[in-house]
Amino acid sequence: MQVTRRQFFKLSAGGLATSTLAMLGMLPQNALADVRSYKLLRATETRNTCPYCSVGCGILMYSLGDGAKNAKSTIFHIEGDPDHPVNRGALCPKGAGLVDFVHSENRLKHPEVREPGGKEWKRISWEEAFERIARHMKQDRDAHFVEKNADGVTVNRWLTTGMLCASASSNETGWLSQKFVRSLGMLAVDNQARV
Amino acid sequence: MTNHWVDIRNANIIVVMGGNSAEAHPVGFRWVIEAKTRNKAKLIVIDPRFTRTASVADHYAPIRTGTDIAFLSGVIRYLLQTGKYNKEYTLAYTNAALLVNPDFQFSEGLFSGYDEATRKYDKATWSYQLDDQGFARRDDTLQDPRCVLNLLKAHVARYTPEMVERICGTPKETFLMVCEHLAGTAAPDRTTSFLYALGWTQHSIGSQNIRTMAMVQLLLGNMGMVGGGVNALRGHSNIQGLTDIGLLSTSLPGYLTLPSEKETDLAAHLAKYTSKPLADGQMNYWQNYPKFFVSLMKSFWGDNASSDNNWGYDWLPKWDKGYDVLQYFEMMSQGKVNGYLCQGFNPVASFPNKNKIVASLSQLKFLVIIDPLVTDTSTFWKNHGEQNDVKTEQIQTEVFRLPTTCFAEEDGAIINSGRWLQWHWKGADAPGEAIADVEILAGIFVKLKALYAKEGGAYPEPIMKLSWAYANPMEPKPEELAKEMNGKALADLPDPKEPGKFLARKGELLPGFALLQADGSTSSGCWIFTGSWTQAGNQMARRDNTDTGFGNTPAWAWAWPANRRILYNRASARPDGTPWDPARQLIKWNGEKWVGSDVPDYKLDEPPGSAMAPFIMQAEGLGRLFALDKMAEGPFPEHYEPFESPIGTNPLHPKVVSNPAARVFKGDLADMGKADAYPYAATTYRLTEHFHYWTKNVRLNAILQPEQFVEIGEALAKEKGINHGDMVKVSSKRGYIKAKAVVTKRIKPLTVDGKTVHHVGIPIHWGYEGVAKKGFIANTLTPFVGDANTQTPEFKSFLVNVEKL
Repeated sequence: MQVTRRQFFKLSAGGLATSTLAMLGMLPQNALADVRSYKLLRATETRNTCPYCSVGCGILMYSLGDGAKNAKSTIFHIEGDPDHPVNRGALCPKGAGLVDFVHSENRLKHPEVREPGGKEWKRISWEEAFERIARHMKQDRDAHFVEKNADGVTVNRWLTTGMLCASASSNETGWLSQKFVRSLGMLAVDNQARV
Repeated sequence: MTNHWVDIRNANIIVVMGGNSAEAHPVGFRWVIEAKTRNKAKLIVIDPRFTRTASVADHYAPIRTGTDIAFLSGVIRYLLQTGKYNKEYTLAYTNAALLVNPDFQFSEGLFSGYDEATRKYDKATWSYQLDDQGFARRDDTLQDPRCVLNLLKAHVARYTPEMVERICGTPKETFLMVCEHLAGTAAPDRTTSFLYALGWTQHSIGSQNIRTMAMVQLLLGNMGMVGGGVNALRGHSNIQGLTDIGLLSTSLPGYLTLPSEKETDLAAHLAKYTSKPLADGQMNYWQNYPKFFVSLMKSFWGDNASSDNNWGYDWLPKWDKGYDVLQYFEMMSQGKVNGYLCQGFNPVASFPNKNKIVASLSQLKFLVIIDPLVTDTSTFWKNHGEQNDVKTEQIQTEVFRLPTTCFAEEDGAIINSGRWLQWHWKGADAPGEAIADVEILAGIFVKLKALYAKEGGAYPEPIMKLSWAYANPMEPKPEELAKEMNGKALADLPDPKEPGKFLARKGELLPGFALLQADGSTSSGCWIFTGSWTQAGNQMARRDNTDTGFGNTPAWAWAWPANRRILYNRASARPDGTPWDPARQLIKWNGEKWVGSDVPDYKLDEPPGSAMAPFIMQAEGLGRLFALDKMAEGPFPEHYEPFESPIGTNPLHPKVVSNPAARVFKGDLADMGKADAYPYAATTYRLTEHFHYWTKNVRLNAILQPEQFVEIGEALAKEKGINHGDMVKVSSKRGYIKAKAVVTKRIKPLTVDGKTVHHVGIPIHWGYEGVAKKGFIANTLTPFVGDANTQTPEFKSFLVNVEKL
């Protein structure tokens, strides 16, 4: 009986005990000799899309953590999705390094501020960040909002603050960004499609 | 892409020009190889460098950077002069036979209507001759000298193979060989697929580069065909989506336009954008503009938008000009901007003339960085030695840095180049206190709204009226936002054909944009996405990869518009409905309606032989060889030199050297270099192992390509005494970088206008932040000028000097 690795995981996830499968001869030859069970057996498989170029390769992310309240899940392996009609399981050298992006030592972890003229970052709370940013934006908007142009036409625009939006963010983020910027009256709005 | 990744395998000829898909889109490129091995396709690469794409090509044509229009105009001349184009397609499906305004003309590099003082055209003469019904006049005998085809023939007559060689540096024989290959696909059963990327867009003539190729495809009859099309290989994973959602200065979702201050009320705006037909019997789909616009307003403002207040028209900001990033950084450099939000964007590395960008950011009062990673922009105020030599204590900008989730830590959809909306799922929590972008936007917005409610302030109405009907206002869910974009019925929508029945009941998600209404009874945040999340569920999450023919997988994810995979597919059949190529019939008429392996791009019950032409978004239904007033610099493409030209002249018209309609700010014009001090043509690009400025934060990629380098040819290296591995200084008028020299056979000198031109290749991926070795920002060198239509900067053609260190 031929069982591919993926089918095997499906079977396992279906509740069959690993040892039983092994006894049935469905495991790779040396499985019984292994002291530790395969990490992938306990992994959760999640489907995602590579965030780099626009080919949109399907990826499978494997994480540990069973969803229990105190068990924080962590992704330890990412590979191409063999079912995906474009990449059919393949990834390029960029996509092959994705797990190192997720765990990059340069991931930001806390809200921070660099004060005017300051030399260092200072950690702040989300509440303080939202409070201070909203205050800045309101002050600037109230001081510089243009309700009418020189001809008396209603224009309702705010030109002294702008926003760059992220072409790696999801459509859903993009839509909320569109609502956010236009309701405030911003016109200096662009994303990477501009460049 | 008009087509999609897998469809590339169906092409007979594949041209990669203005791109390098083997390195920049490696997995998509497998379909090129598939075409070669399974379909005996020929791959042709036209590029200044012998790239990895070129290394597996059947033919390679070298070309000087920034001269693609001359090359492709030469191709058009060849096709028209030899008669090797699809004449039936061209006559029936393009505007070749339509008559042009008698006052339209072109002379000495300028089209009619140019105003030198404003560098803009009055486009009144860039129009058709109209009959008394307002329809374009046409001459199907193609004898009238004012028909588009004859004007085009005259326009491209100057682009002889000799002129192409003189401008592009491409040997005449190589050029003619490419022409012959392309001409072979004028046959109805053969197609060319063009693959391009930022190598075409990032020029002061970028839009016209693409347009010239699109004209070639129309003449060859390759639009709408399996294995044909215009295929933009986009640069980022969701740059398609952000474009579709209209996150550009003067755009709104679904290619609607944000009103300008000239449209003083809703009626004026709708009158301007509601398309009027230019020929009888056309679908003229933009006649539906009001339905899409009003549905968008209902999504923006919810119940607050009503016919009494023009659906909240006054609440939208009105523009006087575009505030694209070049315009905005110019304003910032003059101290006219106070605040800036950077969401997943690294302008210090990504925008031209890095020193101007840093000086501009230093003028801000506050800067908000929203990103999963450390970016060079977030620490622009730090002194990084030569790589960022600033005086920290003098920079008074308050900088906030807010950590976000990355792709792996959120649900949502992104759109690939083939217009597929693919849903993805969260696999783990974000590190530390990082939260999703939408939570950050919500956090700021809810706070702002509370401040306006409490204190009042400048025009609070749009903030107070914005629809924010999320279960948790601080945490809008991707599902809620996706459904909001799809749109729903706000009232029962009766079926006009069957009284008593309904197309949708109140509150239901809509199955398609045909149901959208202009009377406020429907909402949709992005009309082209309508159908992506319906009563039947999330269509973007579908995972059936069944091939229904030609590699089409319509049940995998969902493509806009209407899950259509090949745009303009009505053009895959003749006017009488018979396929151009019986072996790749995409859609067919079954006696009652159009059916096939793709969703027909046409009125479903419009029989073959009718007057309705296949390009249904156009007012005359035709592909435009003559672009009317849609382009800034002319209805026909014309070769203009890069703003920094190694030959300093334009062999076609020395008085008009560069794009006459491009916007250049005064200070930036002074910052343009000339060939006497900066003699080498430079271009920037990506490497296989890196993605922009992200992967310098990623250990594996940093190991694969750890150190910054530039590429120079052996001839130039010999001239300058530079050896492989030497450190060199590369300078433009705007600054310098230092990097290792890679001396390569892949870049050869070209003879252009009697001079030898060397290219210098500059990969972009380094900076002063990251886990890779620190490097210089490549965009320190690039010029601050953009395409006249899009303002996309001219990163791909500029001048440098190279010195051994």
